[in-house]
Amino acid sequence: MNKTVNQKAWFLILPVLVLVAFSAVIPLMTVVNYSVQDTFGNNQFFWAGLDWFRDLMSSERMWDALGRQIAFSAIILVIQIPLGVFVALNMPKKGFWASFCLILMSLPLLIPWNVVGTIWQIFGRVDIGLLGYTLDSFGIDYNYTQNFYAAWITVIVMDVWHWTSLVALLAYAGLQSIPDAYYQAAKIDQASRWKVFRFIELPKIMGVLMIAILLRFMDSFMIYTEPFVVTGGGPGNSTTFLSIDLVKMALGQFDLGPAAAFSIMYYLVILVISYVFYTVMTNLDKRDGH
Amino acid sequence: MSDITNKRGMGFPRVNGSAVVMGLYLLFLLLPIYWLLNMSLKTNTEILSGFSLWPQDLTLQNYVTILTDASWYTGYLNSMAYVVMNVVISLAVALPAAYAFSRFTFLGDKHLFFWLLTNRMAPPAVFALPFFQLYSSVGLFDTHIAVALAHGLFNVPLAVWILEGFMRGVPKEIDETAYIDGYSFPRFFIRIFTPLVASGIGVTAFFLFMFSWVELLLSRTLTSVDAKPIAATMTRTVGAAGIDWGVLAAAGVLTIVPGALVIYFVRNYIAKGFALGRV
Repeated sequence: MNKTVNQKAWFLILPVLVLVAFSAVIPLMTVVNYSVQDTFGNNQFFWAGLDWFRDLMSSERMWDALGRQIAFSAIILVIQIPLGVFVALNMPKKGFWASFCLILMSLPLLIPWNVVGTIWQIFGRVDIGLLGYTLDSFGIDYNYTQNFYAAWITVIVMDVWHWTSLVALLAYAGLQSIPDAYYQAAKIDQASRWKVFRFIELPKIMGVLMIAILLRFMDSFMIYTEPFVVTGGGPGNSTTFLSIDLVKMALGQFDLGPAAAFSIMYYLVILVISYVFYTVMTNLDKRDGH
Repeated sequence: MSDITNKRGMGFPRVNGSAVVMGLYLLFLLLPIYWLLNMSLKTNTEILSGFSLWPQDLTLQNYVTILTDASWYTGYLNSMAYVVMNVVISLAVALPAAYAFSRFTFLGDKHLFFWLLTNRMAPPAVFALPFFQLYSSVGLFDTHIAVALAHGLFNVPLAVWILEGFMRGVPKEIDETAYIDGYSFPRFFIRIFTPLVASGIGVTAFFLFMFSWVELLLSRTLTSVDAKPIAATMTRTVGAAGIDWGVLAAAGVLTIVPGALVIYFVRNYIAKGFALGRV
């Protein structure tokens, strides 16, 4: 749609600006403020320049958490995106069973995140959980609070359980919007199932899939509550992701300076990666002629 | 539509395959939830004394505990209160903004749009401490409105983003015709435009509800007693005698109920909304 130039549109944006400025800009400035100062408590602050950032760059703890975070986000994206598309392709197209699947699939999305953690905490326990008990009775050493691999697998399976439906619902919506004529044409050409997917379905859901990837990347990169409830970041530090580490630093130890520098670095990493996704997305949008 | 899908179904012998895939996937989704329900209907002695696939000694005592103890059920009321406030505030500010983004170009619009989105990308962990200090300093700590405003950080940008997608789909001629007919902007917006994007508003409200309802870190940091959300109350079950699994599970089941009701009511809009809009 061709839009008209209208500078008065700013007035319509104003309420959003005021609200977001209050709840984003002021806190962010507080963070920036802390990141360049040092304090010995009692509310006295001293200029510390870039010391905290320098410390951060040489902090093994931060690099480890960042590495774990990137590994986690990469693993869940690699699992959830193909699985979500696969599930969407197999969903009923309409009628009772379509709504039935939609409702049940949305269920995990609306469970509070700490309850998601609780569910898997109980489900995975060797004494009272179905999963833990079953694995244990097969003689598999599974204990997510002590075993590194068990902890990682639990956290990943939990995230797949929690979020794959979002990818599936988005892909499903994209598939629904493909006109029948495309399938008819493919049928006339006797295209194989794989070719229908590769050349009709995939390009058509690409836009919506990019949104899914962007959302999943952002949310997995900020994950806090679920692993915190299940593993508490352990065993050792093996599932301490960036948010868990940051909360420990800021609200637990009250190390304002380092935590603030950490926050800024964290936010910047997300921003840069999301900006790349966003640019790719808008370019795709333009190419499709929206 | 149905006719062509049927033909496709016959062309590829994957109808049964699909049913199997969906069956397995839904089983994977429902099994942990079933297990929570199973736990919530057992007594603690039964949970800890043996392993069984269904409650041998069915009890509703865990639910009774929650629904009769004010310190438990006020948690639900608090959560409901700030979620509803958040949905109302977010929609109220996002509607005009989304309209502006969908209809006009103005100085800095693209940058502004991305900047708004960046707030959706802000990790709550980054904002927990500054929010605590900000809301304490303005005397809003431990109020529902503080949590509602804090959740606006990620919900307002999301609302603008989704609504803009829907509004782009409404032809501009409608606006022009209304102005020629002598409608003022506020009247046009409320009487004509808002009903046209009603399904978009429904889908947006669904997502706002969802993201506010499930969030714990900010709502826990910003409250202590009066506005404490149910999610934070649940950490109470860890007592001196270990974890009270039965009550914990029952509380968990009860947090699923509002979400399930919301899904049930919007089930037909969701797929449609997904297809039309952005999310």
